[in-house]
Amino acid sequence: MRVGLFITCVNDTLYPHTGQAVVTLLERLGVEVGFPPEQSCCGQPQFNTGYRHETEPLVRRYATAFRDYDCIVAPSGSCAAMVRDNYPRIGAKAAAEGRGRELADAAAAVVPRTYELTEFLTDVLEVTDVGAYYPHTVTYHPTCHGLRMLHLGDRPRALLSAVRGLKLVELPGAEECCGFGGTFAVKNPAVSAAMGADKAHNITATGAEAVCAVDNSCQMHIGGTLARQGSTVRPVHIAEILASTEGDIW
Amino acid sequence: MPAFPKAADTSTHNTQLRANLRHATHTIRAKRATAVAELDDWGRLRAAGAAIKDRTLRHLDHYLEQLERAVTAAGGQVHWAADADEANRIVTELVRATGEREVVKVKSMATQEIGLNHALAEAGITAYETDLAELIVQLGDDLPSHILVPAIHRNRAEIRDIFTAKMARWGRPAPDGLTDAPADLAEAARLHLREKFLNAKVGVSGANFMVAETGTLVVVESEGNGRMCLTLPDTLISVVGIEKVVPTFQDLEVFLQLLPRSSTAERMNPYTSTWTGTTDDDGPRAFHLVLLDNGRTDALADTVGRQALRCIRCSACLNVCPVYERAGGHAYGSAYPGPIGAILTPQLRGTQSELDASLPYASSLCGACYEVCPVAIDIPEVLLHLRERVVEGGPASVRGTRAVIKPAKGHAAERAAMRAASWALDHPRVLRSGQRLASRTRRFHPRRLPGPGRAWSDSRELPTVPAESFRDWWQRTRTTTTPRHGDDRNTP
Amino acid sequence: MSSRALVMARIRRALADVPRTEAPSEVAVERTYLRRHGDRTPAETADLLAENLADYRAVVHRTDAAALPALIARLLTARNATTVVVPPGLPADWLSATEVRRVPDTAELTPHDLDAVSSVVTGCAVAIAETGTVVLDASPDQGRRRITLVPDHHICVIGVPVQVVDSVPEALERLDPSRPQTWISGPSATSDIELDRVEGVHGPRTLEVVLVTAANPPAEDAVFLTSRPHQAS
Repeated sequence: MRVGLFITCVNDTLYPHTGQAVVTLLERLGVEVGFPPEQSCCGQPQFNTGYRHETEPLVRRYATAFRDYDCIVAPSGSCAAMVRDNYPRIGAKAAAEGRGRELADAAAAVVPRTYELTEFLTDVLEVTDVGAYYPHTVTYHPTCHGLRMLHLGDRPRALLSAVRGLKLVELPGAEECCGFGGTFAVKNPAVSAAMGADKAHNITATGAEAVCAVDNSCQMHIGGTLARQGSTVRPVHIAEILASTEGDIW
Repeated sequence: MPAFPKAADTSTHNTQLRANLRHATHTIRAKRATAVAELDDWGRLRAAGAAIKDRTLRHLDHYLEQLERAVTAAGGQVHWAADADEANRIVTELVRATGEREVVKVKSMATQEIGLNHALAEAGITAYETDLAELIVQLGDDLPSHILVPAIHRNRAEIRDIFTAKMARWGRPAPDGLTDAPADLAEAARLHLREKFLNAKVGVSGANFMVAETGTLVVVESEGNGRMCLTLPDTLISVVGIEKVVPTFQDLEVFLQLLPRSSTAERMNPYTSTWTGTTDDDGPRAFHLVLLDNGRTDALADTVGRQALRCIRCSACLNVCPVYERAGGHAYGSAYPGPIGAILTPQLRGTQSELDASLPYASSLCGACYEVCPVAIDIPEVLLHLRERVVEGGPASVRGTRAVIKPAKGHAAERAAMRAASWALDHPRVLRSGQRLASRTRRFHPRRLPGPGRAWSDSRELPTVPAESFRDWWQRTRTTTTPRHGDDRNTP
Repeated sequence: MSSRALVMARIRRALADVPRTEAPSEVAVERTYLRRHGDRTPAETADLLAENLADYRAVVHRTDAAALPALIARLLTARNATTVVVPPGLPADWLSATEVRRVPDTAELTPHDLDAVSSVVTGCAVAIAETGTVVLDASPDQGRRRITLVPDHHICVIGVPVQVVDSVPEALERLDPSRPQTWISGPSATSDIELDRVEGVHGPRTLEVVLVTAANPPAEDAVFLTSRPHQAS
């Protein structure tokens, strides 16, 4: 099985540590990970702001970069959801605009092979206990696109529950959006900040040492808000927890 | 009206409003979840509701003609209004013809949308709102902020003050020493409105559903003010959007299960009234149905946006929306607030005004609205579709005519930035240069950003840029092979 | 062009994507939802009705046909009722045990007249257990819509089990859309002030529902058999 890592532009640029954790984790589970360097961004910032035509080159690029992989794994629910939900729509609209099936066909080839990390672990590798050790109290924030577009359900929690040493505490209002929303965070800063502040207060109130999520973009907003509030809770990507072992805490 | 972000900036800083909204939305959100969980076929009811509405919308001409025949055969009279002005003119003339100067009104989104009360006032006709919340709004010279509970932004003390100060001007004054207990406030409203009901000669309503097959109209309510307006006056005028038609009487079995549980979170609302034309010696002797377009056919012409016309105005999407909860209903500048308003208003009114162009962006795309919608309107999908219309323009129906609309104003800089970003992201070598530049300069990055970046850094710390991007780490530690499919442009 | 023609033309232009040959029935509607939720015996259905009515603050009484007149008389006395509106087709024996002055439901009765009346007694068309709803359809035993609206006290008599159905779909099958209907689920209520539920706004503030178990042979229960032919759909 050829597995390609879709690192995503946010992780590539700002959170390389998460990508390294994914590689460590998958290799520990016996997966050979490939990284096609011609990959780029999924195009979500453009698409979600209304620039569908500007998104098309990035759809094409993704389809080309990953065409030879059996599975494409992204450590981001949001980017995986962008590919799975919106690439077919972008392809269909291009066809409807009389520009042929090329984009739709390219997307169709890679869309069903794209997985968010926890989906790949539980559905493809069929593991729940990845042999991780993480001696900290953690609360879990289910990010919206993972929750409501990918329907990740209990997968991340099941994986976290199997981590030795980890104490999982409930997050009140867990399923409420943190207020990031991509360009929403800057187009509607007052509402975004108010949502973030409520989320951060809920996180701090759990008494956890770390807040875990499957998306670093949401974590950038949550972590930035926590820090501004003076909270000591650290945002941690789930890959970094799952990559951790006794000898090597990420 | 200011654009949404500006209005929301003011309302999010109103702590009283935030507390009122939070309490209300969280309470009803939890109750809805319980009411829905009682029915284990909810998903199938929801799918049927969506399908019935789709069938209706795809054949709206057929069903409206059928409805018109049935209503007429049952003794009603049908009028057609292409826009708000025409609807207001029709209603005004119908009231004038009765010789009356006052009407009692049931809460109706359609008459709110067209500004009927204002139009009637200009013609010297007083419209009395009779729903408790609408009464609070009317007496307070305020605007509704929620579809189901229009005075959700007011707490009991504010309502007491409004009743005490304003009731006397409209009719029976508030009782002396009125407390702010909800039961006392409701009693004050009962006394105030009863004289209106008992003397009313003309009633004005909307409708939740119209049955094409039988000509039956349906109004769903709680307080009994609807029954008062629908049955006591001699003349009843109902203003209803053309999308409210459903094919058959049997179809109500779906919507009368979906609506109350999604809306007030009840198994059934206290009162549902149905009527078919007029009935001898029971209820109004004259019934007028005003069928309203006012932009609905423009929404119908959009194959993505059309689904917004399935809406049954339950307001479940408002109650789960984190944006609505913070911004409040007034920020949406329309009779239709919340997620449904963000997709309905720009379709009914167009996207040319600054406010209407900002509405599709009044969402973090969290998807909670789609999840609870009882007729499965994919609100995020329509939001994205309308965002594209705002920034790129394109073909659309405007007042019933096919047109190619221009992008909304004020997006030139953003468009340039998005194009530049797409270009950079499509050239990984450029992307990598940018990443390396950011890494090399990281110790000089400010903690707060100037210009548009302030929108981020005013409330959040900025992430620190790492010393090395992932792709550089990979190349440094992993690569021994040459990249596949690497043409010259793509080679990092 | 008339506005009707204008709106119709707009609709037809808007639906350019719909094939001209497509019939409305070709747009699939899967009615795989349940006709009722759960399997109950008639007695269990009546219990659920009583439970759900009470949950929405209706006062529920249970009796048999023989004891009904005495119960109605007691309820009117407890309210200190001086007058009661009587629909034209109300079974005569229902009010046989009360001395309260009867006000017949006529077309001449104005809203002001009704406002001065204490109570109203009616039958019903059908009752829905799952939702705790009674449906009136202005049949002779129920009278005009206004008589159950303006007086502050409504006593509604339901025949058990013949008038009770489990669900909304089962109720609609029995109802005639050409008759004006009032579906009542508990007394009038509002939640408009901070979502605090207050019972009793404009409709009757007290709704008393009497579930009458048929003690007589079915033939004499004709008044309860209000089932009507189902409209084709």
